[in-house]
Amino acid sequence: MSNPQQLRYSKEHEWLSATEDGVATIGITEFAANALGDVVFAQLPAVGDTVTAGESCGELESTKSVSDLYSPVTGEVTEANQDVVDDPSLVNSAPFEGGWLFKVRISGEPDDLMSATEYDAFTAG
Amino acid sequence: MSNTPRHTALDALHRSLGATMTDFAGWDMPLRYASERDEHNAVRTRAGLFDLSHMGEITVSGPAAVDLLNHALVGNIGSVGVGRARYTMICQADGGILDDLIVYRLQDQEAAQAKYLVVANAGNAQVVLDALTERAGGFDAVVRDDRDAYALIAVQGPESPGILKAVTDADLDGLKYYAGLPGTVAGVPALIARTGYTGEDGFELFVAPEHAEQLWRALTEAGAPVGLVPCGLSCRDTLRLEAGMPLYGNELTTALTPFDAGLGRVVKFDKTTHADDFVGVEALRAAAERAETAPPRKLVGLIAEGRRVPRAGMPVVVGGEIVGEVTSGAPSPTLGKPIAMAYVDAAHAAPGTAGVGVDIRGTHEPYEVVALPFYKRQK
Repeated sequence: MSNPQQLRYSKEHEWLSATEDGVATIGITEFAANALGDVVFAQLPAVGDTVTAGESCGELESTKSVSDLYSPVTGEVTEANQDVVDDPSLVNSAPFEGGWLFKVRISGEPDDLMSATEYDAFTAG
Repeated sequence: MSNTPRHTALDALHRSLGATMTDFAGWDMPLRYASERDEHNAVRTRAGLFDLSHMGEITVSGPAAVDLLNHALVGNIGSVGVGRARYTMICQADGGILDDLIVYRLQDQEAAQAKYLVVANAGNAQVVLDALTERAGGFDAVVRDDRDAYALIAVQGPESPGILKAVTDADLDGLKYYAGLPGTVAGVPALIARTGYTGEDGFELFVAPEHAEQLWRALTEAGAPVGLVPCGLSCRDTLRLEAGMPLYGNELTTALTPFDAGLGRVVKFDKTTHADDFVGVEALRAAAERAETAPPRKLVGLIAEGRRVPRAGMPVVVGGEIVGEVTSGAPSPTLGKPIAMAYVDAAHAAPGTAGVGVDIRGTHEPYEVVALPFYKRQK
């Protein structure tokens, strides 16, 4: 699997796009999607919610378990991906593309986000 | 017991297929190869190939083998014909379930030497072996640990008879459900059993571990044209759940008798021998009486109205009161909804009972009570 170079990554296995007008797109990595197995239910934060870096803001449920969804940054949610709510398998089939989860207008971000190369090393361990 | 997981004879093959492995009852087993939902659907519509070599085989033989099993188990093993199999249980003296088992009566050259293959769950194999060994005292029978003597490969699904026919001359058409016969499959000697844990037609093949890879490869090749895929334990769990089959540790425990689990039919009080002194008989008679007159909780099916998935241990609630507990839950690929098995107070256990919910992390999600199973194959 290959982690796109233009994204940044959290230790909780979320990815974060470059910002456009201060808004970044967030999803979970292919590594995380593979670890979860088939995602069958996604509870995403609502538009207007404030999310906090490193804190739970939703749930991803797979065949075997439920996992908290963490936000890699702090800010206000501007959009949630209704396509994923309707068809959670997008998280497995296209985690870096159609399976994105939500968008955030960033007001703060932690200093431990990783580059693709660093995240490769993190998940190789 | 060692903390290092055991590996089956097919371990290297699973890894070459890209399997996600999981520790299951002390064994490193394939959880899934790709999508567990695709694997599940393959078994329902085509065929799937499973490595079940973690299951625990115990051979019981000798002139009094049938008497030992009638004494040690709750079923009437005396009525199992040569080449047939029986689903049964082994209980404690207090009636609590030690394990659920399949007992195969093997074909044997010497008529006087009855021989049975007892197949226990991986996590209980040692307990079952110890119990059988202890209960064998005074019987002219031998209990042998054969866990290392067998690999077990299952091919399950509607296409499985055709796939197996391509690699064996054995009379599969004459092989009924819950029967087994010795034969040659893909050039290796095997016990061919028409059993499974998926709710579909299928076969379980007991072979020597050194023959497992040859058999797996031959079945993979024979099954490729009809869409057979390798399947992991994740889909095995959702397949058995849809089929309403209990799992030891979830629906079955030492705290429950077979009657509590809705499986009182496996207990036979009219055995050919040892009807009055099989282990647990007195407690089980009382449990049978209780199930008739004042049943405690009943095992039911639950189907979600929403999309949140119930998990083992979650409370079943009615009007804020806890009335039961989920024992197994998963998203059902066949129904397209979350399903669960749960023990529920008899007053709320009838199919269609209104107002039943599951407390999923503090939210009471509505559920429909249904009779088991969720899925029954068309014959």
